[in-house]
Amino acid sequence: MSLIKETEQRTGGIALLLFGAAALIPLADDGYYLSMAVNIAMYAVLCTAWTLFSGPTHYVSLATAAFFGVGTYSVGLGIDTLPFPLLIAIAAVASSILAGLVGLATLRLSGVYFVIFTLGLAELVRQVVTWLQVNFVGSVGLYVFTDLTEAHIFWMLLALAALVYVTGWLVNRSRLGFAMRIIGNDETVARHVGIDVARSKVILFMISGAFIGITGAILAPRFAYVEPPSAFNPVISFQVVIMALLGGTGRLWAPLLGVIPFTILFDQISANFPNYTSLLIGIAFMAIVYYLPRGVIGLVDDIRMRQTKRHEHAAGVPEAAE
Amino acid sequence: MTGSSLLSVDTVLKAFGGLVAVNDVSFTVKQSELIGLIGPNGSGKTTMMNLISGALKPTSGTIRLNGEAISGLPAHEISRRGVARTFQLVRILPSLSAIENVIAGAVFGHVRAWGDDAYREAEVLLDRVGLGGRGGAPTGSMTYIDQKRLELARALASNPRLLLLDEWLAGLNPSELKIGIELIRDLREDGRTIIMVEHVMDAIRSLCDRCVVMSSGVKIADGSVHDVLAQPEVISAYLGADDA
Repeated sequence: MSLIKETEQRTGGIALLLFGAAALIPLADDGYYLSMAVNIAMYAVLCTAWTLFSGPTHYVSLATAAFFGVGTYSVGLGIDTLPFPLLIAIAAVASSILAGLVGLATLRLSGVYFVIFTLGLAELVRQVVTWLQVNFVGSVGLYVFTDLTEAHIFWMLLALAALVYVTGWLVNRSRLGFAMRIIGNDETVARHVGIDVARSKVILFMISGAFIGITGAILAPRFAYVEPPSAFNPVISFQVVIMALLGGTGRLWAPLLGVIPFTILFDQISANFPNYTSLLIGIAFMAIVYYLPRGVIGLVDDIRMRQTKRHEHAAGVPEAAE
Repeated sequence: MTGSSLLSVDTVLKAFGGLVAVNDVSFTVKQSELIGLIGPNGSGKTTMMNLISGALKPTSGTIRLNGEAISGLPAHEISRRGVARTFQLVRILPSLSAIENVIAGAVFGHVRAWGDDAYREAEVLLDRVGLGGRGGAPTGSMTYIDQKRLELARALASNPRLLLLDEWLAGLNPSELKIGIELIRDLREDGRTIIMVEHVMDAIRSLCDRCVVMSSGVKIADGSVHDVLAQPEVISAYLGADDA
């Protein structure tokens, strides 16, 4: 387990090439395609960070909007006084603290209760922020003016995506990652082999929350004007779940298989049918759950398995076949 | 061997609402002793096991491991102090390979191995329980006895001071049973301290140094297997009103 396997080296090499190629996108286009690339990079980070926690534990978190909003607000509040990199660090710390608190509060909740709690949390944070601004600041919104262009935002997101993948890879080969796989299989067994189930979950939730917070922080300059309904938009939480499930949660890069088609689909829907966006997204979600219960990755696995079966068949064990 | 008690259960009571599943039960287990915990269905044996392993917390009373109170600690803490168990309904980790199932027992608990050490140790254990060379096998399609073997290997991987076997022999066919009994005898000869909950009386007779009998949550007998099974209370608990 201490060595880097050959397949991992190959995957790493391919990933490096793809990241390099993606980094060139802003040089080719600074309009529509760059904007879509930013969206894809953003959802790639969000969905992969979400899957870090929700993949192995099967806990569906709808708190993405809360962490994202905390990140956005960290930048919104500090942009006039503090340098941007420091604000990103603050966003990471603030959202992971929030994730830690949520984790501690929800240790005993499982299944649907956890889902509802996280949904409620995002709403609660939004209401608290609104209340604070109305009562103590006087205005609801914040202006975020920076020199950062869309290309800068894209490169930052790309770097963050690389960091998420490296973190995910490191976690997967660590004791924590192994513990999460056991927890995902059977929590009772996990406890009885000595795993502090609660602690492991909270640590992973904090890592996941930090990445989501950083994403919110990086995106803040793009919004230019930050207000609670946009920063804490619950649609983000739902889209992250949909995309991650569409891709699949079994492997680190699987969510990406959902992010790319869904971002493009969403873009087409909202451009061509602006009045029916929610309706069509809902139908798309139902179709995914119905036809691809294990996500695109499940489809890929099925095809692979069918191919190996066909190979075996062709190679043939004649007596058994007839 | 030293005669000191490794585990002492002191007037432990567990109530689920109004139902008292374990009622002021006390007993001790010495180092390297193999004791049988027997009794009719519903007598509180598995609850007792759950109290020792930390799956449940006692309502009152104290459980000590080597003189140190473990009752009330969470299960993972108790596991780290050296208590390992198997489950009445076998619990393997289906999405992990056989060897990973065993390694799971060696990483977080009483021993904290990792990497190649854990892997090598797990291979030795798989061999020992009769699954040698099958480390890469998918666990979901294993036969029942192989799943039980795997669970035992996982429990042994933590090198436990106390091993709890909850009906580990149940559901095995006669030839498997023979293999299972030999395996436990082997562990006993290593000097492992074991508590086994069991309905298979042949196993109790041939393996146990001593047995504790429970009925309706109360301990009704405690002593050598031969003596205990001859006691009228024990006979009536098994064959009396319950069996009519």
